Amino acid sequence: MTQALEIRNLTAHYGTTKVLDDLSLSVGAGELVSLLGASGCGKTTTLRLVAGFLTPTNGTITLGGRDLTKLPAHKRDIGLVFQNYALFPHLSVMDNVAFGLKQRGLPAADRAARAGKMLERVGLSALADRLPGALSGGQKQRVALARALVIEPPLLMFDEPLSNLDAKLRIDMRVEIRQLQRANGTTSVYVTHDQEEAFSISDRVAIMHQGRIMQLDTPETLYQKPANAFVARFVGFENLIPMEVVRRNGDSVTARAPGGVELDFSAKRFPAIPEKFVLGTRPDGLTVTADPGAKGIPATLGLRTYLGRAYQYQCETEAGTLVANGSLAAPLAAGEKARLEPVPEQCCVLAVE
Amino acid sequence: MTARLSPWLIAFTTLIYIFLAGPLVIVIGAALSDTTYLTFPPQGLTLHWFVRIFEIGAFRTTIVTSLQIAFLSTALALAIGIPAAYALNRYRIQLPAWLSTLFVLPILVPEIVLGFSLLRSVAAGMNAPIYASLLIGHTLIVLPYCVRVISASLSSFDFSVEEAAISLGSPPAKTFFTIVLPNVRSGVIAAFILAFITSINDVSTSIFLTGPGISTLPIQILAHVEQFFDPVIASVSVLLMFLTVAVMAIVERTLGLTFLAK
Repeated sequence: MTQALEIRNLTAHYGTTKVLDDLSLSVGAGELVSLLGASGCGKTTTLRLVAGFLTPTNGTITLGGRDLTKLPAHKRDIGLVFQNYALFPHLSVMDNVAFGLKQRGLPAADRAARAGKMLERVGLSALADRLPGALSGGQKQRVALARALVIEPPLLMFDEPLSNLDAKLRIDMRVEIRQLQRANGTTSVYVTHDQEEAFSISDRVAIMHQGRIMQLDTPETLYQKPANAFVARFVGFENLIPMEVVRRNGDSVTARAPGGVELDFSAKRFPAIPEKFVLGTRPDGLTVTADPGAKGIPATLGLRTYLGRAYQYQCETEAGTLVANGSLAAPLAAGEKARLEPVPEQCCVLAVE
Repeated sequence: MTARLSPWLIAFTTLIYIFLAGPLVIVIGAALSDTTYLTFPPQGLTLHWFVRIFEIGAFRTTIVTSLQIAFLSTALALAIGIPAAYALNRYRIQLPAWLSTLFVLPILVPEIVLGFSLLRSVAAGMNAPIYASLLIGHTLIVLPYCVRVISASLSSFDFSVEEAAISLGSPPAKTFFTIVLPNVRSGVIAAFILAFITSINDVSTSIFLTGPGISTLPIQILAHVEQFFDPVIASVSVLLMFLTVAVMAIVERTLGLTFLAK
């Protein structure tokens, strides 16, 4: 019984501060959508509004056509997984998992059977009688997951569920979460500040900033075709270079970078390049060459850092400081003149803001 | 390897124990003395002075009054203090900081002043019955302990646990009793014990609020000492001590067990 979540024009305030600004978001039935952003971007607020712990100043929240906006939290029927697990410290693992079933008035035998089966699925049957205090972080989060899943909620929400775990366990757990979510086909909202986590686990990701969604797309699209400068920077397009088209010649568009260097772009790869645009590249998307005759943005190299797979240079150019990665084979010294050539496959074209 | 205890440490610890237990030993000894005056070490052994307590009507009634007032004021203070402590912690960010200070004010004021002002305003001013004024006074002096102790317990409580229960379908009021309260059980018991002892031993506030026909045990002891110097004072003190310990034990057992059974 999976249902679509529909958030429309949600606005929320803490006191007089607007923390959510006219946010709309649809999560399809069975889909996992992540809310990704730095702290204070409104992702947790959104989750708490949907859970019913906060009241919006405006907007509606519906789940499978049922209007949740005015429904008290305990009647919303949403499975929640918290960052700090939030297990009931005085109840055994079994009673923790069975808690939601008890609230639904299930007879004790059914509760034990269903909670037992759920514990088996998360591999914790052996610990059913323990108190949460006697569990490791990963085990606690599995109990929290089982507790949320056992009530078979039409919507599951995760609030940074893995940020208290160590790196290795985090990766294992996110695979496990995704598998359980897929198997149950439960519509899910996943809040995180970890880009890799969001991209790896989600069908779609909403990148949030200052109470608004900057872009909502599949991880692939976000990573390759950010819609604006904020998202571009967020996914690692550190260099944003203002460009101006000088010539359009069939399949080829020539644009001028600050400093006068002209670069060619394929109109096939970048359809509809506007007259003025911003070229975004990651450090890996700028080739550093010491050859003064090479075609590229002239730069004076600054600080060099070692990344293991490459050297990274801070480069002073007419377009400001750019960050570029150069090969390990030919390290260049600070102060050297070099050329930075964008690799078209690794660039994105953004509108001027 | 076992750590060797320093002889100095042992000596020091022993001295502290003697310092703490000494007065109790003296009072118990004096209560058992077969003399008509207070003395220690006891000369001869008798339980006569314990029987004597109950032959004096004033002691009989004040023991009952003291127990009643202690129970009622503690219960009242918990009824006010638990929700107050909950609100102060749950909404710590939203509430102004001075609000929690408000609940300690009664112990900042010297109890004598508190008693006197209650006498002026409640007992005399509002013409309240003596019993009611006593109850109000005692509730006031034990409330700060309740709020403080339960607050300390709640400050380590993770309120997302409460939200987890609500999200699983437990209504907020029910969640308070099934999830929040069991997790601050030790705080509630500690608050009960502190409040009860404070109330049953109180002299400074009570002295203003007791009146004709109604008094508490410590006030009665005071009245008795002014006229007599017999070991009944010691025996009634011992009785008060054991009553308190008994109540503590009962509370620990019942309150502890009912919460655990949940």
